[in-house]
Amino acid sequence: MDKFRMMFQFLQSNQESFMNGICGIMALASAQMYSVFEFNCPCMPEYNYSYGIGLLIIPPLWFFMLGFVLNNNVSVLAEEWKRPTGDRRKDSSILRYMFCSVTQRSLIAPAVWVSVTLMDGKSFVCAYSINLDIDTFGNYSILRGLSEAERMRVLAKIPCKELFEHHELRVAASRYIKCISQACGWIFLLMMTFVAFLIRAIRPCFTQAAFLKTKYWSHYIDIERKMFDETCKEHAKSFAKICIQQYFEGMSGEMHGFHRQRSCANDSDDEDEDKKKSDEEKLLGIRAQDDMNKVLWNWHTCKPALALRKDQTDIENNGTVNGEANGTLNGFANGHAHDVKKKEWAVYYSKV
Amino acid sequence: MERLKLVLQYFQSNSESISNGICIVLALVSVKLYTSFDFKCPCLPQYNKLYSLGVMIIPPIILFFLGVLINRHTGVMMDEWMRPVGNRSKNPAVVKYLFSAMIQRALLAPLVWILVTLLDGKIFICAFSLSVDPALFSGLPNNTDLDVIIIMSKVPCKEDVIFRNSSFHKAVSRYVRCYSQAVGWSILLFLIVLGALGRLFKPCFDDHARFLQTRYWSNYLDVEQKLFDETCVLHARDFARKCVVQFFEDMREDTILRLSHPSVISHSLVEWRDEEEERLHGITKQEQVDKLLNKWYYSKPELDVTRIAHRPRTCVTWEDHKGKTLYTDL
Repeated sequence: MDKFRMMFQFLQSNQESFMNGICGIMALASAQMYSVFEFNCPCMPEYNYSYGIGLLIIPPLWFFMLGFVLNNNVSVLAEEWKRPTGDRRKDSSILRYMFCSVTQRSLIAPAVWVSVTLMDGKSFVCAYSINLDIDTFGNYSILRGLSEAERMRVLAKIPCKELFEHHELRVAASRYIKCISQACGWIFLLMMTFVAFLIRAIRPCFTQAAFLKTKYWSHYIDIERKMFDETCKEHAKSFAKICIQQYFEGMSGEMHGFHRQRSCANDSDDEDEDKKKSDEEKLLGIRAQDDMNKVLWNWHTCKPALALRKDQTDIENNGTVNGEANGTLNGFANGHAHDVKKKEWAVYYSKV
Repeated sequence: MERLKLVLQYFQSNSESISNGICIVLALVSVKLYTSFDFKCPCLPQYNKLYSLGVMIIPPIILFFLGVLINRHTGVMMDEWMRPVGNRSKNPAVVKYLFSAMIQRALLAPLVWILVTLLDGKIFICAFSLSVDPALFSGLPNNTDLDVIIIMSKVPCKEDVIFRNSSFHKAVSRYVRCYSQAVGWSILLFLIVLGALGRLFKPCFDDHARFLQTRYWSNYLDVEQKLFDETCVLHARDFARKCVVQFFEDMREDTILRLSHPSVISHSLVEWRDEEEERLHGITKQEQVDKLLNKWYYSKPELDVTRIAHRPRTCVTWEDHKGKTLYTDL
């Protein structure tokens, strides 16, 4: 029971909490980036609006796309969307569910940026200072007798403390615009929270059974992908181990043949059997510097074929460096010089 | 039995204490939000009240929705309310209990915001400085030709030039702040008295035995949903593993090998079940692996793992060099 709990926690924590953690980190990063970013209103009528509104809109787009990039489920979603049907039918509700969950998580950091920007108010002051009607703030005569372009130029300087001389008017105007900006920010937050509330709290009223199904299968797709990668890795490892083992044994077999030709009287096989089994096994028959060098050289110049043989007889004289398996069976070693041909047939039997 | 009790206890303490923890965290977040929010009164007669009351009311609504969203019991309650009857009868008392627990927890953060607002007083001053009678205070700046209303609406903006040489605005702010704090403390007192009375007199109006039952079954629903999610996750994992292994094994082929000596059979059968070989699931050639990977993309296996229970073994037939069958697995 405890093992199950721990395993579940591990699985759960691996998938959902990880995504939620990334989501939270991005939200904090977006708030921190805003506070670190030095807002520099250009204070020119042609550029104020673009700068102010651009700063409100472009970083959220960037965070949204970054959310998609950082989310692992995006590639799972894309794969599931594009795969050929094959034996397994495609269910569009699963795709929709995955897309919705990825989108929901990616929307949090942009929402944080937009609300922090609106609450701070600087971007609104920059964008909308030229649209102000300064008569509402009191009797200020600075704009009397100016042409339209000059009026706009003066008003555009309001966001810049150093460029605008009338301190009180500037304070009053920025205060006014900041209030509007904050009101927009609160309304934006209210809307987002209300929409999230509708989605999370009201959804169970509709399609709850279908929802459980799609949740299970979308989670299954993710896990299946991971399992497949794991199984491939394990398979590759075992494949490599056996391939290399057979290669070494193949070389060892050839070396044995070579040595035997040179010193046919010297029966070194008996000495081999006296050594400890494990050491001998590890050496795989390669015991001389020259042999090892040959093994390494051949590994690069002439890799073995990707075909593991289950046959483990001693094909003594047919042993080429193409890695045909020359391993020995239990105690059935080396002695037979039969010319055995190997053939493999594929026969499939099913026990039904 | 012991283990089960332990697990249940863990679930129970976990669920309620987690909800309470989240509730308190949200209340702290609301205080932090208030302190970090740079409140700027517009200081214009037409907008002061609107803006201030907006700031006093909209954030609590947002915090309430957030409180409902974050609470786990919301989902449990909605599921229980909306489910078809099926084999299990519905108990409306359970739904009511869950609803009231959820509402109580969700109301904490908004109340904290409202109280902090009132006790701090900035927003109250902004809203109600217009309504103060300026005759109560001396030092009204009358050198400017502004309306009294406009002057009063500028009181929250301390740095305004018309208040440079007088303490009029300080006196008005202080006065309004007192009102605000009085209202705040009264609300707090009222809530505490209400809570205390409710706690004291609830047993008179409530059937305690029924309450125990209701609480038990609400907790049960929560635990049941958690366990169901857990089981689904574990099941998906096992299903995926079997499906993948089955896919690998479907691709392998049986082999016929030619060997010279019959005595080799009894020794060699031991070798076959090598652990490494087992992990290969019978896929031992490059072409097989390529075919497997290709098929995994173009034709994913159907979602059915019953075959793995009756999976076919690789059958090996041994023949000697003359072609005579020595031994066969069939």
